[in-house]
Amino acid sequence: MDAKTFDIDEVQNIFKNVEQKPGSKKPDPIILAKKVVRKFGGLTAVDVDHLEIQRGSITALIGPNGAGKSTFFNLLTSFDQADDGKWFFNKEDITKISPNKLAQKGLVRTFQLTKALSRLSVLDNARLGAKNQIGESLFAALFKPLWIKRELEVTKQAEDTLAQFNLLEKKSDFAGSLSGGQRKLLEMARALMLKPEMIMLDEPMAGVNPALKQSLLGHIKNIRKKGTTVLFVEHDMDMVHDISDWVIVMAQGKIIAEGPPSLVMKNSDVIDAYLGSHHKTFLTEDGKSLATDET
Amino acid sequence: MFKRSVSRGLFTSFLLSIFLTVFIGAQASALEGPGITGKISDPSGKPLSGVSITLANDENSVTGVTDQNGQFEIAAPTAGKYLVTIDVSSLPEGISIADPGPQREIVFIQGPKGLIFKTQVGTSADQIIEKRDSKVPQLIVDGLLFGLTIALGAMGLNLIFGTTGLTNFSHGELLTFGAFTAWTLNYLVGLNMLLAVPLSLIMSAFLWGWVQNRYLWKPLRRRGTGLMGMMIVSIGLALTLRYTALATFGGSPRNYNQYAAQPGLNIFGVAVTPKAIILAVIEIVVLAIVLYWLKNSKIGKATRAVRDNPALASATGIDVERVISYVWTLGAFLAALAGITIGINQDVSWRMGQILLLIMFASVTLGGLGTIYGALIGSLTIGVLIQVSTLVIPTELKTVSALFVMILMLLFRPQGILGKRERVG
Amino acid sequence: MDIVFVLEQALTQSIGIQAIIYCLAAAGLNIQFGYTGLLNFGQVAFMIVGGYSIAATVLSFGGSFWTALVVGIISSLILSLILGLPTLRLRADYLAIVTIATSEILRLVVRSVALREWFGGVNGLNGKFAAQFYALNPYQSGIGIGPINFSQNDSWVVTVGWILVAIVILITFLLTRSPWGRILKGIREDEEAIRSLGKSVYWYKMQALMLGGVMGTLAGFIFAIASQSVQPDSYVPDVTFFAYTILLLGGAARVFGPVVGSIIFWFLLVFIGQTLDQTISAGYIPFLTSTQVGPIRFIFVGIGLMCLIIFRPQGIFGDRKELALDGR
Repeated sequence: MDAKTFDIDEVQNIFKNVEQKPGSKKPDPIILAKKVVRKFGGLTAVDVDHLEIQRGSITALIGPNGAGKSTFFNLLTSFDQADDGKWFFNKEDITKISPNKLAQKGLVRTFQLTKALSRLSVLDNARLGAKNQIGESLFAALFKPLWIKRELEVTKQAEDTLAQFNLLEKKSDFAGSLSGGQRKLLEMARALMLKPEMIMLDEPMAGVNPALKQSLLGHIKNIRKKGTTVLFVEHDMDMVHDISDWVIVMAQGKIIAEGPPSLVMKNSDVIDAYLGSHHKTFLTEDGKSLATDET
Repeated sequence: MFKRSVSRGLFTSFLLSIFLTVFIGAQASALEGPGITGKISDPSGKPLSGVSITLANDENSVTGVTDQNGQFEIAAPTAGKYLVTIDVSSLPEGISIADPGPQREIVFIQGPKGLIFKTQVGTSADQIIEKRDSKVPQLIVDGLLFGLTIALGAMGLNLIFGTTGLTNFSHGELLTFGAFTAWTLNYLVGLNMLLAVPLSLIMSAFLWGWVQNRYLWKPLRRRGTGLMGMMIVSIGLALTLRYTALATFGGSPRNYNQYAAQPGLNIFGVAVTPKAIILAVIEIVVLAIVLYWLKNSKIGKATRAVRDNPALASATGIDVERVISYVWTLGAFLAALAGITIGINQDVSWRMGQILLLIMFASVTLGGLGTIYGALIGSLTIGVLIQVSTLVIPTELKTVSALFVMILMLLFRPQGILGKRERVG
Repeated sequence: MDIVFVLEQALTQSIGIQAIIYCLAAAGLNIQFGYTGLLNFGQVAFMIVGGYSIAATVLSFGGSFWTALVVGIISSLILSLILGLPTLRLRADYLAIVTIATSEILRLVVRSVALREWFGGVNGLNGKFAAQFYALNPYQSGIGIGPINFSQNDSWVVTVGWILVAIVILITFLLTRSPWGRILKGIREDEEAIRSLGKSVYWYKMQALMLGGVMGTLAGFIFAIASQSVQPDSYVPDVTFFAYTILLLGGAARVFGPVVGSIIFWFLLVFIGQTLDQTISAGYIPFLTSTQVGPIRFIFVGIGLMCLIIFRPQGIFGDRKELALDGR
């Protein structure tokens, strides 16, 4: 599928016309989710009525702890099974699809606890991401001449990608010898090897030192520049503010707000969710309550 | 506190064992040296007198007859291997000997052996086909008795898995070694079973339980050995122990000096020996005590806490290592009791643990890991299943039914009958 | 004590038929466990399939030896499918239990009286079912190098056996250095990561199971051909455990691990056995008898396995960093 490249102004134009309410429709949704429910015993972890993710954007999914963000993430990427609901990727029903098939279709995810394969080399980690490798079939694998050509292509692609993430010089080292931050970069690089249409990042900033954060932010912006849609779950509000085009807020399993980052943070429902609703009530000197004006 | 409840429990079991084994003792036969004893009744329970039985080998041959109570006592001239044959012509019309038939091979070491010959209606020709005397009540009772014994082993297996995560492939050897400890005390040292049994229970709990945990598993846990590694260690241990048993005690099955010979009773049409009943009662009492402990005692609750969540239990001040030590000791105690029971009811052999291990796994799987009653329910069910399955499948394949059920369980409901589905993140 | 005799025996056995059989079985485990992390404790089931396929096809069904080989391979693949279907989604300890249970079920079935007509029951099947194999024997007499000697028939089995080993090792080498092998190693470490990269983890595990299973079946072939007899009680779970010992000894996830492990294992086993036997016969160890030598050797195997895992899980040639064992 042709990846349209968006530059920042274009994307912001798209969002100018989008309603700032939960479950709002987007002009060109790459993901559409309806009535998704996931319960654990008596607890409803996720109850999303309607959600659309705009193609080509960087969308942030935020919310207080226990809001159900990670669970929802896992449901969308088939790493968990929903009790109810449907969701679509490029208008195709992906509700019951297996995670590996989903990745093949162009929706790739990373993990909160990085899954860099420590006992493989950095280069091998990256090579694993490439699609259409004839050498991955058992019979072809026995005959090197059959797969060596593609392997060289894959290696070139891997080295280029690693270079972008400044990991090229470590290509022969075991991934286990990398620092935590480098492993995050590796996982991202590896995911990009699939040339995905959309990438979902699960708390990409978790445990990353400030110096690396900027680098990561740059990489994510680059990803969007190439036309890949990005959805990420995050707690780091600076990051959310810095790079997201659109923010979706979850609380107690439901979506409670949507909008551009600058405005959504001021939404009183959002503040309620994070701080609890009593913050609003201040008593004036004569005992009347007064709603505060939060920034 | 923990020591007090343990010693209280052990003491109670000890007293119980003495009381009950004295009771069994009164039933023991008068025969001292090698020989066979038993009773033959017709399928309705009426004793058959005048049935001729021959004890023979290449050198000697002795024949005896059943008395008016259907009982027989025939002394063998020497120790060694003999062929016991019932003269089927001396049986009344229309009665024949049921599976496995009127001939048995028997090996005498020192003491007498009890034989049970079950009769059935029909002629001897019927015996060529392997048809079991398929009375469902008999099968169920046999199954429950077997299941009770298995439950002792399964309980220990379950507790060890629950508190340490170890799938213990050498658990069967705890039964074997418990049984052999008793045999050593009884046969080699010469102690009467009344003394040997309680002594070996205590010794086994310490030697094969507490010591094993202290000097093998605890250091491995400290080193951070992963669960897969520990599983393979348990396999190596199983090999070591099993072949040690073979090298030390030989390949032939052994019997205890007392209670080997016992005529069977006929209760409501079900054949069962007094020793089996008494042992079952002991087992039930012990199991009840253990279950009560787990539910109500401080150490029992601590055990359950550790099993549910070791990190959390530790954080709330529970001494996890102490609980694990206790679990291993208890597990070995229970396994030894199971092994001795099997030794008394059948015999003691180097492979007895290995044979029973998979059945114990099946029981634990069926009942559900991490539940208190799971091991018990699973064991009883498996025991009955194994016996009742002989109605439809050949006797030699009866274990297969248990294994099949286990595989099905792991496929469709890995948490077992009573277990709870693991929560996903 | 006749040290020369002991060494002769040990050296002969170390490259003899038993070594070949266990090398092939361990090579299969290497693919399944060493490279993919599948804890298959039922490898002996594949050997049962191999041995009984040949014996039963020829003796009970009147097929030719060559047909029997094909039957064996196909049966092995079917067994992998049946075994893999339930187990490949299970975690390690459940997989271990189910695979042992399956191998015991298979053993009890071929041992049963009900199927005695086809599989020979407790006594198994004996007969010249490998006649067509031996007909191809080019050796006019036994071969030998120095102290190592084989009979005429055994020489042929040993030759074919080591050729099979070479082929199996070559396949292992080629596959593990290919993209296919890379995926297996990834699965060994983290299935979910591999899944998230678009590969079907279940299918790769199944392939590993099938490939390793076929190698186990080849071991069963050699076993049956060498003695022209198959007996159910030779195929007990302990056989799988010995194969694991050998694999770990040589080094799991090392191409030559099974070969090195098997040669050293059998050398040591026979050496210890013969030495013990001689010293006991000469009266130096008064509290032991000759009949105990057999089991005592296996006590060493058990202790050896434990020590391997505890002190040197990577074995002789393994790389500790690559192991499937640590911290799982």
